[in-house]
Amino acid sequence: MSAQVDRRRKAERIRTLLETEGETVQENVAHLNQGRYDAMERFDDFEALRTAAREIKAEAIENLPTLIETLRESVESNGGTLYLADDAADANRYISEVAASKNAETLVKSKSMTTEEIEVNAALADVGVEVWETDLGEFVLQVADESPSHLIGPSLHKSREDVAELFNQVFDPEEPFETAEELTTFARDYLGERIREADIGMTGANFVLADSGTITLVTNEGNARKSAVTPDTHIAVTGVEKIVPGVEELHPFVELISKSATGQDISQYVTMLTPPVDSPTIDFERPDEPLGSGDGEREFHLVLIDNGRMAMRDDEQLRETLYCIRCGACANSCGNFQHVGGHAFGGETYTGGIATGWETGIEGPDAASEFNDLCTGCSRCVNACPVKIDIPWINTVVRDRLNRETAPSELSFLVEGLTPDAEGSLSAPKRFFGNFETLAKLGSATAPVSNWLVDLAPVRTLMDRYLGVAPQRELPTFQRDTLTDWFESRRPRLPNADADRTVVLYPDTYTNYVHTERGKAAVRTLEALGAHVELATPIESGRAPLSQGMIATATAQADAVATDLDPYLAAEFDLVVIEPSDLAMFRREYRKLLDEDDYERISEHSYDVMEYVYGLLSNGASTEPLASPDAPVAYHSHCQQRTLGVDSYTEAVLDELGFDVVTSDVECCGMAGSFGYKSEYYELSMDVGEALHDQFTDAGDRTLVASGTSCTEQLTELFARDATHPVELVAPDGRT
Amino acid sequence: MSTSVTQRFESSLTDIGVSITRTESEAFASTLDSVVTEPAVGVPLEGYGGVSLSDTVVETPPTPRLLRTAQTGVTPVSKAIAEYGTLVLDSDAAGTEPVSLYPPTHVAVVRESDVLPDVESTTDHLAERFAVGGSSVFASGVSATGDMGALVEGVHGPTNVDVVLLTDQ
Repeated sequence: MSAQVDRRRKAERIRTLLETEGETVQENVAHLNQGRYDAMERFDDFEALRTAAREIKAEAIENLPTLIETLRESVESNGGTLYLADDAADANRYISEVAASKNAETLVKSKSMTTEEIEVNAALADVGVEVWETDLGEFVLQVADESPSHLIGPSLHKSREDVAELFNQVFDPEEPFETAEELTTFARDYLGERIREADIGMTGANFVLADSGTITLVTNEGNARKSAVTPDTHIAVTGVEKIVPGVEELHPFVELISKSATGQDISQYVTMLTPPVDSPTIDFERPDEPLGSGDGEREFHLVLIDNGRMAMRDDEQLRETLYCIRCGACANSCGNFQHVGGHAFGGETYTGGIATGWETGIEGPDAASEFNDLCTGCSRCVNACPVKIDIPWINTVVRDRLNRETAPSELSFLVEGLTPDAEGSLSAPKRFFGNFETLAKLGSATAPVSNWLVDLAPVRTLMDRYLGVAPQRELPTFQRDTLTDWFESRRPRLPNADADRTVVLYPDTYTNYVHTERGKAAVRTLEALGAHVELATPIESGRAPLSQGMIATATAQADAVATDLDPYLAAEFDLVVIEPSDLAMFRREYRKLLDEDDYERISEHSYDVMEYVYGLLSNGASTEPLASPDAPVAYHSHCQQRTLGVDSYTEAVLDELGFDVVTSDVECCGMAGSFGYKSEYYELSMDVGEALHDQFTDAGDRTLVASGTSCTEQLTELFARDATHPVELVAPDGRT
Repeated sequence: MSTSVTQRFESSLTDIGVSITRTESEAFASTLDSVVTEPAVGVPLEGYGGVSLSDTVVETPPTPRLLRTAQTGVTPVSKAIAEYGTLVLDSDAAGTEPVSLYPPTHVAVVRESDVLPDVESTTDHLAERFAVGGSSVFASGVSATGDMGALVEGVHGPTNVDVVLLTDQ
């Protein structure tokens, strides 16, 4: 199948999901996000507990073999059994044997993604055991014969109307179901009966305490409590990574998990069971005998699943995945997930950002290949994760590994010369998007001919076919005179002798070759506020190749940037950055690409341009030379600015200068670097952008302002008028 | 227990929709009778000074039929968490776990001296319990679900939770 057909099919599938499930997912996820933000705001210890939780997980995974043995001793001394299953088949065999030994006919389950992973329901059905899902969301999916679309809300893609239609069809009630209350009452009564007659109760476990053998279940419905204590036999199935040493280490997770997952301060039930439990056995066939008086005895099996996890522990890049507590916040904070849901954004079992790590570790990278592209690296999940997993990095690493597996495109000659050898056999689109700098240099050198050329319809058709560039998108207009040319033309120029600060301005690829005006505005603004400005060499930061998973190329570019900046930083220049995605490289991703000293120095001395302006004004610079407001403004900050926490500076500066500003609060504009340029993702990108459009509909003819190039392009496309960088608003009039 | 912790507990309970009735031990039986809906099933209040279910309308010991038919389940509570209005229910052979779970209304009898400020302050209690094979549940309000397309209260667990606070214990 040709790459273009592949892309068309993917676009078609995304379109279908946007139409069928997108709206419900978006509505439900918006609710979860708002709850999460509010809960974080209310809770002062959130950041401290995130740090503590991460440390606990890191240490527990490090000591996992010892913890497993401690846990085994605890479970056995309590009177239960622990079975460590190598893989799904091994786990299912053991569980089936337990079921056979109890002559079990029926088994009730509470929600567990790990049992979805091993597909225990099918294995039990094969040996004649009837399985009932008692979590209402899982029950809906069992009835519908569908797979979960979200880590904590398996049926998040279904609306009340969808469920009512399904239940009316399957259960054919005398009075058709309509309200959520009616549906809930029916399901509760139906499943209540199943629980009472079940021979075995199966649960997962959110956390397992090694020193006591206690399993913790975090739930809202009460079905896990009932499933665990009503049947005499309890089987808990969970991944080995869920073990923490003891109750002291449990506390941060109890605080974090519900706030991150649903925005609840605490879930309705945090059930901490040390099975076999003290609760009396319940024999509904002897209704008038006191509880516990029959001859039933409690039995407990803890089935710990490896299934690739111990190998993930040995994989330096995937290891962090094991810190995941499965709260789903990464999925909720993801612009793309919000619009397509987990049926597009997931693999065999797991969905959302962190699913890339899970699917790669459990099923192999191919299971993650289909949806790995949907991570745009916007990094909104980074601050959402309660254990601070660098989810975009995991996605990048997996993309890199997939790149190395992919066969070279039959038309790779089109982009020969764009890719350094290190990346091996990349597809043509990856080379194209990953090497924007080379393209920009070429485009600029041959402008305006290059701009006329790519505007030609036949050229766009070819670009769509071979490079996967969406024909609907307007392409960047390259400038013949680069920012560097302009800056050099201002020489000879004496250093500003009175300068309080010395700045090296980073000319990112877009600023240098396309949006030169914002670069000039930045220089004029900084100089007007009393800084002496030098321009760094225009070397792409590595963002473009990194976004395509080309880690070796990105590393080479990062090294080149570090070398270029070295003398400036040694002379205590401040590094000022216009493009937020490049600032995020310097402050975040360079940690992975450079040695620690280089990373520390670049990261510590780098500033968003408006953050820097804010700092100069706070330190006494006068606002007098800067421009005064000439129109009200609608401002969309860049997703990576938000993750870095620098978005507020732009608002503060505009505020101080007297601008009338409205701001957006959508997670991402949908463009996300090269993502929105890709043929197969154009519609999704526009769908995500629609949320931003809606927020600014009442903005009238306000000046559209965005800090990121891609956000600017998206705003221009959404509103059919130009958008501008904030520094262009505040820059002093006139050219120097 | 300091007044501020109790006040925090009461306001947290109000926030999560749990009603609270204050009583002294002497008036416990009549207070409880005024709170429960019959038929009611209960777990004896072991270790509570001077109060008992025996002179109330609550039936003991629990049976499977009572779990199914009772409108109210009455249980002791080992600790409570002021910050979130959470009740710490210790599993026991008398049936605190099923009695707090099966009937549509759970009435929890809380001694004021058992109210702790926050989750972290329950760690010692839990550590002691787990060390001897014990189990506990943090229950905060009623059971709930959003899985049917809107928030519904009262799923597999109780639809109502009421607290009776013994102010002199």
